[in-house]
Amino acid sequence: MADKVLMKGNEAIAEAALIAGCRHYFGYPITPQTEIAAYMAKRMPKIGGTFLQAESEIAAINMVYGVSSTGKRVMTSSASPGMSLKTEGLSYLAGADLPALVVNVQRGGPGLGGIQPSQSDYFHATKCGGHGDYHMIVLAPASVQEMADLTIKGFEMADQYRMTSMILADGTMGQMMEPVEIKNVETKTFEKPWATTGTEMKRPKNVVNSLYLEPSELEKMNIARFEKYKSIEENEVMYEEFMMDDAEIVLVAYGLSSRVSRNAIIAAREKGIKAGMIRPITLWPFPKAIINKRAEQAKAMISVELSMGQMMQDVQLAANGKCPVYLCNRVGGMIFAPEEVLAKIEEANAGGVK
Amino acid sequence: MGAINYKRVTLLAGHYGSGKTNLAVNLALEMAEKFPVVIGDLDIVNPYYRTKDSKEVFEKAGIELIASPYANTNLDIPAIPAEFYRITNDKSTHAILDVGGDDQGAVALGRYVPSLLEENDFDMLFVANFRRPLTPTAQDALEVMREIEAACGLKFTGIINNTNLGKETTAETVLSSMEECEKLSTLSHLPIVRTGVVVNLADELAGKVPEILPLKLQPKIF
Repeated sequence: MADKVLMKGNEAIAEAALIAGCRHYFGYPITPQTEIAAYMAKRMPKIGGTFLQAESEIAAINMVYGVSSTGKRVMTSSASPGMSLKTEGLSYLAGADLPALVVNVQRGGPGLGGIQPSQSDYFHATKCGGHGDYHMIVLAPASVQEMADLTIKGFEMADQYRMTSMILADGTMGQMMEPVEIKNVETKTFEKPWATTGTEMKRPKNVVNSLYLEPSELEKMNIARFEKYKSIEENEVMYEEFMMDDAEIVLVAYGLSSRVSRNAIIAAREKGIKAGMIRPITLWPFPKAIINKRAEQAKAMISVELSMGQMMQDVQLAANGKCPVYLCNRVGGMIFAPEEVLAKIEEANAGGVK
Repeated sequence: MGAINYKRVTLLAGHYGSGKTNLAVNLALEMAEKFPVVIGDLDIVNPYYRTKDSKEVFEKAGIELIASPYANTNLDIPAIPAEFYRITNDKSTHAILDVGGDDQGAVALGRYVPSLLEENDFDMLFVANFRRPLTPTAQDALEVMREIEAACGLKFTGIINNTNLGKETTAETVLSSMEECEKLSTLSHLPIVRTGVVVNLADELAGKVPEILPLKLQPKIF
């Protein structure tokens, strides 16, 4: 068992990627995720890996496409505006059924926005901003330890399902320092008979491509892909419940928002309000079933997010009218204090939110 | 603490995330009990977690802060205000300089080196945390030390051991780092001048580590 070290969230992602066997990183610097690239630049040359600062985000994601085609574990990372640039590549990865780990350490938007933390790329990640019918696995860490653990898990799920896993963090999660235990775990690996590794004249050639000349073929691929997505929705949902046994005011929050919510819930309990939280760890697949079940015991649900009510829509769909769903949010790089969340809990408990 | 001989200017540099800013804040508060103090934020690398976060604490203690007007804003630009020259030119105040991490951060210091050398009343202290992932050993820390010296053109004069594990820091965390820190001291021929210790461990560690600087941490809301 390794000693704990004090790491930034961004560094934890980078180190965990190396433990997962990733030896190819392509990226382009942007605040607040640049430490991932900086860490890779220092470590990759020492362990025989490739760190490459591409000429742009678009170039980097297409390098990911290339390496993934050969069956190697590969990643890129960026922050919100950079993720917009990568979005074409995300659609191509999906269309070619290629595994990849993509990290988005979100900052305020839209446009150039700002460099302070935000969660406003929820739609981009969970509804998929690129063209075509596709999904990505979206993982939302809420501690530096989870930044590491979910990175390893993300690589494994990407390989297992041949698709992109996205780590959806935010500037504060990327920059904050916490003690971490980086375990030298045996990472699960998967056979990749589809990889373009050379036929050696022993097998038919593999082609990695997202172009289909026959529409009927393309339809078949899309339907098959959605069968796969269905099985992921059935088997891979992850969430954590906090003080939910008797909760009447149910907060739904992920990442940084869940940390503030936790403190607000403890304060609400001290005031005699039965508050609790469902923390989605996978944002896609979204924990619909547990939210639907808990909506039965809830007086109200509150979507606590650093965006303008993006996740709130998924909470409403999951609650399906069984209880009112309110929004508690800050945006533009601002973070709510626990007192602000507590005020919303109190309002909801008193019978409604202004 | 009476034995500590503060030079007029104290520079804090070291590897990325070693705790320089937090040390700078606490050192400024300690020094402000004796002299007028100016604290300068020379971090051109990291736009998060800045000296400016402690603005109100400084105001209360009568400490002057010179920082980029863009610190903690959305303008991600490495800027240093012209007012920064006061640190070298106005010799009536003591000054603490919070230098950015690693060699990249130390580049900005170069501009002030001729004046610092001419006055020759400064300490440049290497802040070490042996629980950071890229500097677990004295050899790793020495490498960073040499890179910083090459980048800014100044030599370190001492070491602050700031080994910690954030909120999980125990007395053992600090004590177990002493061996590497002493190795670094031997390799670099520099004294360990202070030990940064979170305030609630200060009594437990008193007398067991060099010159404790008790650290109050910035409150967190999450």
